[in-house]
Amino acid sequence: MSTASSPSRLGALLMTPVHFVMRLIDAPVRGLQKATGIGGMAAFFLAPNMLIFGIFVLLPLVINFVYSMTGGTAFFLSERQFVGADQYARLFTCGSYLDPMSCQEDAFWTAVGNTFWFVILQVALMIVTALITALILNRDLAARSFWRAVFFFPVLLSPVVVGLIWKWILQRQGLLNFILYEFGGTEPYTWLTDRNWTFAATIGVSIWAHMGFYALILLAGLQAIPKDLYEAAEMDGTRPARVFWRITLPLLAPNLLVVVVLALIRAVQIFDEVYVLTGGGPGTSTLYLTQYIYETGFASALRNPGLAAAASILMGVVLVVLTLFQLGIGRKQENKGKR
Amino acid sequence: MGAAARFLLRRQGVNKGGRGWHWTDVVTWIWLVGGLIIMFGPAVWLAFSSFKTPAALAEFPPSILPYVTSQATVEGYDKPLQLYDAKMPDGSTRVLAEVRRIGLVSQMVDPQAPGEIVRVNMNDRTPVRTLSFATSNYTEPFVHFDFLRYLWNSVFVTVVATLITLVVNSMAAFALSKYEFRGRSAAMLIILATLMVPLSVIMVPLYSIISSLGLFNSLWGVILPTVATPTGVFILRQYMLTIPDELIDAARMDKASEWQIYWRIVLPLTAPALAVLAIFSVVWRWNDFLWPLIVLSRRELYTLQVGLSIYSGELNVQWHFILAMTVVTMIPVVLVFIFLQRFITTGIAGTGLK
Repeated sequence: MSTASSPSRLGALLMTPVHFVMRLIDAPVRGLQKATGIGGMAAFFLAPNMLIFGIFVLLPLVINFVYSMTGGTAFFLSERQFVGADQYARLFTCGSYLDPMSCQEDAFWTAVGNTFWFVILQVALMIVTALITALILNRDLAARSFWRAVFFFPVLLSPVVVGLIWKWILQRQGLLNFILYEFGGTEPYTWLTDRNWTFAATIGVSIWAHMGFYALILLAGLQAIPKDLYEAAEMDGTRPARVFWRITLPLLAPNLLVVVVLALIRAVQIFDEVYVLTGGGPGTSTLYLTQYIYETGFASALRNPGLAAAASILMGVVLVVLTLFQLGIGRKQENKGKR
Repeated sequence: MGAAARFLLRRQGVNKGGRGWHWTDVVTWIWLVGGLIIMFGPAVWLAFSSFKTPAALAEFPPSILPYVTSQATVEGYDKPLQLYDAKMPDGSTRVLAEVRRIGLVSQMVDPQAPGEIVRVNMNDRTPVRTLSFATSNYTEPFVHFDFLRYLWNSVFVTVVATLITLVVNSMAAFALSKYEFRGRSAAMLIILATLMVPLSVIMVPLYSIISSLGLFNSLWGVILPTVATPTGVFILRQYMLTIPDELIDAARMDKASEWQIYWRIVLPLTAPALAVLAIFSVVWRWNDFLWPLIVLSRRELYTLQVGLSIYSGELNVQWHFILAMTVVTMIPVVLVFIFLQRFITTGIAGTGLK
C-alpha cells in the first residue's frame, strides 16, 4: 500500500511491539526447529488451533454421548450416575405418537413440532423472497451495489438487536399498530400475546433478518448463468415468465438446492432472536428446540443436563443428515464441473 | 425525488426501443422501494424512538420525532403547569397554562398574567410541543446501570477473540498449506467436519468443560471456545495456497527460521484474507448471544447482548433505556456496514459464508 506517509508511519509505530513479541518468540521456536527439523514445525504451527479445537469442540462432541447416558443434576461427569438409554426412553415415552401432550416430555415434542413447522414455513417463504430479490437485483439496475446493501443490512445486526427492534414495533403502542390505525382505523392489537400471531412473527422476523444473505448467494448464482442464453431468448421474443422457467430456474437449481439446505440447517437451530422477541411464549407456542435444550440443561429449576444432551444429540443427527446431503450436492456439482 | 428514483431504477444497456415501462419494471420498483422501507425502517424507527422521553414513548398514536410537551412555572402555583395553545371565542389563539380541568372545561391562566382564570373547552386546546432529544436515555444507563461495564466486556471479548482467532487460525492455515506431512488431509477433514457442529448441539458438555477449567463466569470462558473457527482456517488456507512455494524456499536458503517465514513472508502476503476474517470475527463475536448467556451469570460480566436481553425481559421494561442501549449495540455493526458492506457482500457472494 502506497498511501500517505503519516498513516503508514503510525502503522509502523503500532507494529513495533508486535515485531518485538514476534522476535521474542523466534528464539525458542528456532531451538525447537533445530530439534524437530523443518517438517516437525508443521505440528508446532498446527498445535494451538488443534488444541483449542480438541478441548472445546471435539471433546464436548464425544462427552455429549456419555452425558446423554447419565442422570442427575450435577454437571461434572464424575458426579453423575450411568442410566443407560433412560434419557432417550424418557424423550420417546408417549401415550400416542400423534399427540405431543401425551408424552412424558411434552415440552420436547411441542418444541419439535414448533420447530418443524417453523423450519418448513420459514425456509419456504424465505427462499421465495430471496429468489425474487436476487432476480430483481440481477436486472440492469443503476446503483445495484446500493440496492444489494439495502437487503443485506439486517444480516449484520445481532439477533438480540433484531429481537428488540421487532419487540418494539409489535408492541401495543408500536409502529405496526400505528400504521394499521392510520390507514385502516384498526384498534391497537397486542401481537405478541396471541399464539398464532406470535408464531407468525417469529417466522417473519427471522426472514427479515436472514433473507439478504441467501439473496446474495442466489444473486451470485444468477450472475454465473451465461448471458448469451438470455440474448438468444430475447431474439426469439420469449416471454419473461418462460425465460424464468426454462432458463433461469433449471440453471439455478443446484445453487438453489445448496441454499435451501443451508437455510434448513440454520432454521433448525433458531434461538437468539426468538428468545428475545417472545421468550418462547405465549405459553409454549414459540418454544423451539434450541431453547428447549437450553432450558432443560441450564435454566429451569428441574434442570436435567442428561436429558438436554440426549435432545441435543437427536438435533445433531438431523443436522448431520442435512449437512451430508449438502456435501453430497456439492460433490455432484464439482464432478459436473470437471466433465 | 422523482429524478433520484428514476436514476436509481434506470435500466442500463439494452435499449427497449423506447418502449415504456414493462410490468416487470413496476414490480422491480415496488420491490426495491418496499425493501428499502422494510429493511431500514424498523432500525430507523428504533433510533428515533430512543430519543423520546418515557411519556412520549407511551403516546398513541406515536409521533416520529421526539416531541415533549412544554411546561412553565407560573407565579402562585407550586408545580410547573402544562402549556396549551388555546382557541379563544373570538378566533384568536393564546398560549395558556392549565391549572386544572373539570369535566370538559379547562381552567387556564396566562403565564404572564396569572391573576385571571380563563375557561376553555377541552377540545379547543392543544398541547404546546417542542422538539427535544432525551439524551439522558443514553447517559443514564452508563451512569446508573452497568452498561459501561457491558460495553467494555463486549469490546474486550470482541477484540481479544478476534486477535487470537487471527493468530491461531493463520498458524494452522500455514501448516496446512505449506507443509507436507502425514495426517494433513485428516486434520483438514476434522476441521471441516466441525463446521457442522453448532453450539446448540454441544452446549451441555461444553459447559461442564468450561466449569472444570474454572472458566465459568469468566470472559475467557466466552472467548476461548469461539477462537478456533473452521471457517477462518479454511479461508486463510485457501488464500495461502496461492502464495508461491519458491518464496519460502528462497527464505530457507537465506537461513530464515520457519517462524520468520510465517510472520515476515506469509502473514503480510495473506493480509487481504486476514482482513476479511477480522471483519467477520468482529461481527460474529460482537453479536454472540447464547454462549455468553450460559457462561456469564454475574451481572458485572455481562456483554451488551446479554445485558440487553436480561433488562428487556424484566417485568417493568424501561423501554427508553433499552432502546438507547440497543442503538449503542447497533453502532459498530452499522459502521462495518457503512464502510465495508461492499467488501462483505462481494465476499459472501464469492465464498458463501457468514
